Amino acid sequence: MMKNKLIAALAILLMVGALRAQVASSTKGVFALTNATIQTVTKGVVQGTIVLQDGKIAALGTNVTVPANAKVIDCKGLTLYPGFIDGGSKVGIGEISAVSVTNDYDEVGELAPQMQALTAVNPSSPAVAVTRVGGVTTALIVPGGSGRFPGTAALINLVGYTPDQMYTGFKGVVLDFPTAGGGSRFDQRSEEDRKKDEEKAQKRLNDIWAQAVLYSKIDSATAGKPDYNPEMAALLPVVRGQQTLLVEVDKAEDIESAIKWVQARKIKKVIFTGVAEGWRVADKLAKANIPVITGPVIDLPTRSADRYDRAYANPGLLKKAGVKVAIRSNSTENGRNLPFHAGFAAAYGLGKEEALRAITIVPAELLGVADHLGSLEVGKSATLFASTGDPMEPRSQIVHVFIDGWQVPLDSRHIQLYQEFLKRSPGVDK
Amino acid sequence: MKKYFHLICLLAFSPLFLLAQSKAGSLLIKNGTVLTITKGNLSNTDVLIVDGKIKQIGANITAPAGVKTVDATGKFVMPGIIDAHSHIGIDAVNEATNPITSEVHVGDAINPMDISVYRALAGGCTSSHAMHGSANAIGGQCQTIKHRYGTMNPEEYRMEGAPRTIKFALGENPKRVHGEGRGIQPRTRMGVEQVIRKGLEEARIYAADLKKYQEAKKTNPNALPPTYNRRSEVLAGVLSGDILIHCHSYRADEILMMLNVCKDYGIKKITFQHVNEGFKVAPELAKFGASASVFADWWAYKFEVYYSTAYNATILTRNGVLTSINSDSQDYIRHLYHEAAKTQRYGGLTDDEALALITINPAKQLGIENKVGSLEVGKDADVVIFDNHPLSIYGVPQLTIVDGIIRFDRQNDADDQRLEVDPIKATSTYFRASADHNDDRCLEGVYEMTLDWFKDK
Repeated sequence: MMKNKLIAALAILLMVGALRAQVASSTKGVFALTNATIQTVTKGVVQGTIVLQDGKIAALGTNVTVPANAKVIDCKGLTLYPGFIDGGSKVGIGEISAVSVTNDYDEVGELAPQMQALTAVNPSSPAVAVTRVGGVTTALIVPGGSGRFPGTAALINLVGYTPDQMYTGFKGVVLDFPTAGGGSRFDQRSEEDRKKDEEKAQKRLNDIWAQAVLYSKIDSATAGKPDYNPEMAALLPVVRGQQTLLVEVDKAEDIESAIKWVQARKIKKVIFTGVAEGWRVADKLAKANIPVITGPVIDLPTRSADRYDRAYANPGLLKKAGVKVAIRSNSTENGRNLPFHAGFAAAYGLGKEEALRAITIVPAELLGVADHLGSLEVGKSATLFASTGDPMEPRSQIVHVFIDGWQVPLDSRHIQLYQEFLKRSPGVDK
Repeated sequence: MKKYFHLICLLAFSPLFLLAQSKAGSLLIKNGTVLTITKGNLSNTDVLIVDGKIKQIGANITAPAGVKTVDATGKFVMPGIIDAHSHIGIDAVNEATNPITSEVHVGDAINPMDISVYRALAGGCTSSHAMHGSANAIGGQCQTIKHRYGTMNPEEYRMEGAPRTIKFALGENPKRVHGEGRGIQPRTRMGVEQVIRKGLEEARIYAADLKKYQEAKKTNPNALPPTYNRRSEVLAGVLSGDILIHCHSYRADEILMMLNVCKDYGIKKITFQHVNEGFKVAPELAKFGASASVFADWWAYKFEVYYSTAYNATILTRNGVLTSINSDSQDYIRHLYHEAAKTQRYGGLTDDEALALITINPAKQLGIENKVGSLEVGKDADVVIFDNHPLSIYGVPQLTIVDGIIRFDRQNDADDQRLEVDPIKATSTYFRASADHNDDRCLEGVYEMTLDWFKDK
């Protein structure tokens, strides 16, 4: 009897040990976050309670009745924010950048829009937990690297064990716009060759688009039964204005070309991404009414003669010109820095309020998911976090995270290593 | 003739003017919150700078005649930020032609026209450790520089009195460059150890032979010296403690290996660079007295940093390891104050602890703590003024001062700060140096060298 108990105890200990190597699971239920400062983003700052039920915000306000079955979390001294949305990331589809076989964002082929980023998401990538414990709950994962149409991006919540559980309502086809840009020390072409290559690429892009338009007509003529052509089939909803085209473009001259290109083709749903030199042509972007997801913000200027803070100031200058601006990290493993990118944008001209909007409601609107993400409102997704202060300030601590109604443990590989090694045992002497 | 007189004067005297301009300045900074780093934080305090040195810190100081006053009311005054690991202000990073290249010195390749130096100043960084790259197990000698941007004379970049330093490198980079790239040792961490031991042993023998010769010479005028060997001569300086090792490293095992090598050769002072797994061997580092210079949160860009934690700096600090945060990047060197602030999110370091990571601690690692790294009377007047607290995300450097001279002024500086403008390329071309933050500048020069090899792959 005694022996059995001992074995049971040992078994439990072993199980705990085994579990310790992984991040704990999330839990769902009814939660009431009381005594909180609630930064709704869209409807001001409210003092009071938020009730989370069935994955949604069931109630929000000063006089809210806490359901009897709710798990109450006292949020005195804490501020609640809607989960931050990273408008461009490779979390889950990239792992170790220097080890190419661990990365799944750059498929072979110039024309590969049918490649689905969502397919390649690894829900258990350690970067997923590392990112979400910082309050970045949602990310647009974007394929790309060498192709002209490298694939289809997808918006995911950073919780769940399957890509479908993570998916949260937006997909967009990526176009890496042709450039003569060089722009890297790996590019050893002459300026003349670059120009020639760009012209060739531009012509090829025009041909692809013409084909896609033709394919759309054939599709209509054959009552939706054209010959098998997965590339064209993937472009079809974009040609018809049903799906968003995400145009990756950075250099000022290329941004201008891209504006003309989408206007000439009357492409209805389009977002420009990257847009590092947007400030140079901000008026043109504003006039064309093309929204932007820009970033990284904490970055170098793109030209040696440019003012040192151009990358920091870019979102503010775009906004000032009248462009709708969201911010992205453009990172794989450090999307947790998204609030810091927003913070730099705030300090260099965008302002705190707009910077907050640029990682919450603005990307939600641009990606067509503002019905459930981007702000704290009754009926929206229970995707939020609690912070000890302004979450853009590094000194603030994120203390509760909910995604899609799931309470996410404040656990990640980085935190586990901290817990194990802060006071290592054994120390120097064993 | 008169028409050209001014022009002639300008041409005739401009080199002198440049020299005169670059020496030292005097300045009174009034009424700021002074973060001294070593002697607490002082509100409503003045800092008087005379001839490039801090002359006085206190209340109600009056400016001596002819000394300009800067109003720092509501602002934060801190010592210039120091980067213990960078590659700016130099034209060459890697001499990747041998696993041991101690004979080369990046100080021979100083480039005072590097715009990165101005940008570093715009981020409050006044000194940096311009390092050789990590291609070789024993790389070249490094150069501690002061960011005296404006001078065209490379010599003026060298920091006076800074100890000599040398780069060592463990792990994937020397393995990849030599073992995989060139088919010679080291291809493994076993090989890295033996390459380093061989280099140090040859230096020990060389130094002993030299000493034997010097003794013999006293009695025997025909005594023969050992064949001159610059490589071993420099490494003999490492063994004698004249040259400090800054060792690129990531994994715990290779850090322990290097500590053992140091013990065997009686090397007392070593700073581990990057040292992403330093947290795993923090007790061993502390016991040895080794320092660590780390990134705030970089990880997963290569396999040897996959098991990293952003709490590294905190764990090292809490275990008593002298720790700094470095950039290894012309981007990150502009916001080391923000990198230091991340240690407050990841482990809750105090303001003083976090600021020490980018001031007095890197100064100690470079052996220049008697001159820079804190605001103290007698130290170099390297100062940065922020509008908000430097650890706040809203803290923006306003004024950066080196040796009492204002080298960055946010309000008044023109946009284009290039010193050498190529008339053919009056409009600078598009270049994204840091589009990918996973770029390992430690390997700059190697990719270009082996580009064909990479293409073949």
